[in-house]
Amino acid sequence: MTNYIGTATSRVDGRAKVTGAAKYAGEYNTAGLAHASVVTSTIAKGRIARIDANAALSIAGVIDVLTHQNRPRMASVDDAYTDDTAPEGSPFRPLYDDRIRFSGQPVALVLAEEPEVARFAASLVRVEYDEEAHVTDIHRQRDATFALEPGADPFGPPKPRGATEPALAAAEVRHRGEYFVPIEHHNPMEPYATTVIFEHDGKLNVYDKTQGVQNVQRYLCRVLEMAPDKVRVMSPFVGGAFGSGLRPQYQVVLATLAALALKRSVRLVLTRQQMYVLGYRPAMIQEVDLGAKSGGILDVIAHEAVTVTSQYEDFHRQETAWSGLLYDCANAKYRHKLARLDLSTPCDMRAPSAATAVYALECAMDELAVALKLDPLDLRLKCHSDRDQNADRPYSSKNLRDCYRQGAQSFGWDKRNPEPRSMRDGAELIGWGTASGVWEALQVPIAVRIVLTANGHAEVSCATSDIGTGTYTIMAQVVADMLGLPLDNVTIKLGDSTLPQSPVEGGSWIAASVSNGIVTTADAIRRELLRLAKQMPNSPLADAAPTEVALVDGRLVSVRDASRAVPLAETMRHSGVDRIGEEKSTNFEDDGSHAHNTHSAVFAEVKVDEQLGVIRVTRVISAVAAGRILNPKTARSQIIGGVVWGIGMALHEETLIDHKFGRIMNANIAEYHVPVNADVRNIEVIFVDEPDATINQLGIKGLGEIGIVGVAAAIANAIYHATGKRVRDLPISLDKLWR
Amino acid sequence: MNPFHYTRASDVADAVRQIAADPSARFIAGGTNLIDLMKEDVERPSRLIDISRLPLKSVEETAVGGLRIGALVPNSDLAYHPLVAERYPMLASAILAGASAQLRNMASTGGNLLQRTRCYYFYDVATPCNKRAPGSGCSAIDGLNRMHAILGTSEACIATHPSDMCVALAALDATVHVAGPAAARAIAFTDFHRLPEDAPQRDTNLQPDEIVTAIELPPRGFAANYTYLKIRDRLSYAFALVSVAAALELEGGTIKDARLALGGVAHKPWRDPMAEAALRGQPAGEVAFSRAADLMLGDAKGFAHNAFKIDLARRAVLRALAQAAAGTPQSQSDKQIR
Repeated sequence: MTNYIGTATSRVDGRAKVTGAAKYAGEYNTAGLAHASVVTSTIAKGRIARIDANAALSIAGVIDVLTHQNRPRMASVDDAYTDDTAPEGSPFRPLYDDRIRFSGQPVALVLAEEPEVARFAASLVRVEYDEEAHVTDIHRQRDATFALEPGADPFGPPKPRGATEPALAAAEVRHRGEYFVPIEHHNPMEPYATTVIFEHDGKLNVYDKTQGVQNVQRYLCRVLEMAPDKVRVMSPFVGGAFGSGLRPQYQVVLATLAALALKRSVRLVLTRQQMYVLGYRPAMIQEVDLGAKSGGILDVIAHEAVTVTSQYEDFHRQETAWSGLLYDCANAKYRHKLARLDLSTPCDMRAPSAATAVYALECAMDELAVALKLDPLDLRLKCHSDRDQNADRPYSSKNLRDCYRQGAQSFGWDKRNPEPRSMRDGAELIGWGTASGVWEALQVPIAVRIVLTANGHAEVSCATSDIGTGTYTIMAQVVADMLGLPLDNVTIKLGDSTLPQSPVEGGSWIAASVSNGIVTTADAIRRELLRLAKQMPNSPLADAAPTEVALVDGRLVSVRDASRAVPLAETMRHSGVDRIGEEKSTNFEDDGSHAHNTHSAVFAEVKVDEQLGVIRVTRVISAVAAGRILNPKTARSQIIGGVVWGIGMALHEETLIDHKFGRIMNANIAEYHVPVNADVRNIEVIFVDEPDATINQLGIKGLGEIGIVGVAAAIANAIYHATGKRVRDLPISLDKLWR
Repeated sequence: MNPFHYTRASDVADAVRQIAADPSARFIAGGTNLIDLMKEDVERPSRLIDISRLPLKSVEETAVGGLRIGALVPNSDLAYHPLVAERYPMLASAILAGASAQLRNMASTGGNLLQRTRCYYFYDVATPCNKRAPGSGCSAIDGLNRMHAILGTSEACIATHPSDMCVALAALDATVHVAGPAAARAIAFTDFHRLPEDAPQRDTNLQPDEIVTAIELPPRGFAANYTYLKIRDRLSYAFALVSVAAALELEGGTIKDARLALGGVAHKPWRDPMAEAALRGQPAGEVAFSRAADLMLGDAKGFAHNAFKIDLARRAVLRALAQAAAGTPQSQSDKQIR
């Protein structure tokens, strides 16, 4: 029954992707397609005084220029613009009014017969502003923040436990440090794009780059006041998103608005520069204060954070809670404050909050280990917690200890000389660092439809998306095993708002949720087949209970006696049906008694040229405990991708804002650095066994996020070990080693 | 990007005629920089004159034993040309330190000289920039200037020239051959690029109606003791924070002749005759290297974010000279610094 689950399986959509057969949102063509280009604001705050589109309109091939003054009607209440993952506040409304909230905000949309004409005409639109004073520097707003009430909302800081102040005062060894992570931006390969096909009956087929087609569909219907049956949103392939596609982005509104205005099909593809207002990892100033007994017992954690949000929404993701979760510690206190800046609202970005917060915690733990004269891995083992102390409950499974053990063994950690600057290779100082990682193992309500046909083919459909992580493949693996079919006999349909219900694909929750949905729905198919099989004359399964049969190689077989079996084709033919279809909604009935998390131990080796400060990350080992691994091949790719992103976070990524102009200045992938091949050397991924009997029927957790968590800290700690220099603000560029 | 006319030049004279007739026209060869600038509306040429088919693609030995490199030789071809690899390995190394394989395949030799700065403000038409819009002001002086110049800056501009290849060409005492309406002329490489002074809109001393036809290398290639050392924010595909082309001629342990050029620090590849003179006749070692670095960086001036470059350049000069003296040039594929 499990031929595919747990087996390294190549992507079922791999061929379509490498041959170009897989189409992305900006690649759909239709007769009469109009092309749109966005004009964006050059100021960060103020009002539009005047828009002169005459020059643009005079260009041959320009159809129209939409602005807040002449656009079709849009909803006027915030609720319409709120989506499934929106933070508290008043969501941004593109082309809604004359107010400028951030530099790069769309202020006009040029529509033309050709994309080149649209883009040229967009450069001719003149916009005059009444400018107001703006602020885009988190450091300048540090004292003008507002605090989130502990325990007040699920994304706010947790309530404190114990007595932090006395514990800090009494601590035998204390480490307090401030850590900074700058604003970082998503740079998915696929640009944000929408193609709206205007059908003859006025219905809209919207191809959008998104992580949630149904979220976008509902949003569009509310914002543009359209009946739900008029709009279908599709996103069969997504070229990377990792959080930037959770919320409906402005291009889908503008493209749809334009299609309604023109009553024709419209495509809008954003430029790389324009994508830099679609959300970002919020900059984070953190102060971590740790107190311990000299033997290495962690007594107290105080974690304070200031993060960036926009003027109109309060984006935050329980940033500080990870500190009190990861280690055994009787006293913990959290503070989280938001700084409002004249920027667009931040968004989720791979392991939102954990990537940044665990970076600070794990650097602080490394510094505490130095203060305690303890091996940093030993300190973590001493502080290991079998309970989620934030909610005071055990884990359904947690095998972080094996991550430490297997990772350390593979890395050769026991050969580490604890003294900084003690290990070298010629002109290079060698540093070894470690860090822990943690993420949630969430599950969400989801619906799956399976249609099994008499020829032994199954079609599985669900409105989830595959953002490149391998969702198509793991869905095919699970259904093939559940229905006893070869992988080639399975078709997966996703990324279509008309398919059975799915939430946005994010938070690492889809693999577990959709797999569980498939198991449940396949079970219903099997039961129906058994019911039909029992109706056959002299049925060998006449006495079999539903739990006593399995689908194997196209036959329904008794699990007690393999000789008692009927081919499914014969069963269906006898009953006069050519297909069996079932659709089931599933939800994880969480009684709250157990915490569900994934964990990792990251080990990094860096080599730093002593004279020049050039840093090379020569080795990373990530040992991951994430339940049962559905597909070791795609899972490994996920973790490798997370490690690469972590290398970027540690050494390269930083959004540069000119605070005078309130404008992002490195909004392109030449100047916004992410790791290139030369920056990525040996990465080893270890999946430790972590059976979990209660989390779901297959024991699956997700692992989209866990790969990045802890990586930046492990590298920063390795750099300290190599050089003796502790750099507490990311990215660690070579000049910071000499400050 | 604006609409433009597209024409082809039939020969060099035709190219010169066409550009002289239309001051807002631009030559296009590989287009690796010009197309980007057009997309950003930094360049809005009325006409692109395609010179990519002109017969300027050969690498030939000169009568005196040097090399004459056609302006349209792709960067990749030049880096891997057997005569370049053998006699001018510092040039090959510098080329391979720049851009990516795809860009090097497209980019031409002449175009490499004429690439524009990567200053953020130059690229963003929403901000003032004296180089792009003379008289509008320099946003970098009080803005984001971590990548900017520390030598030869002016009140008007602190941009750097981004090329790696040009740093090696400057060190090698190359000559730029240009054609124009008048007689063809030759420009010493170190005179080809300008300092910004009060006219940063002019990157070079090439006249608007002139075209680069060839680069000539003198016979001496310093193939035994050289290096090209590039320090950047990631290990490949990034512009230099600081780069050093260093070449030595040694006799025993004594420096007979020396060439030293810096990239990433000025509006042009930076050479300093005093520093080179200070190396001549000295034992190849820390004392002489340090003196040369001091002389080279004595007038360096940092801004809010780039003052570290002064120290970095000093360290890089010391290391590069050590690499050159030891005959262990920096590999551009193995990223460990030698």
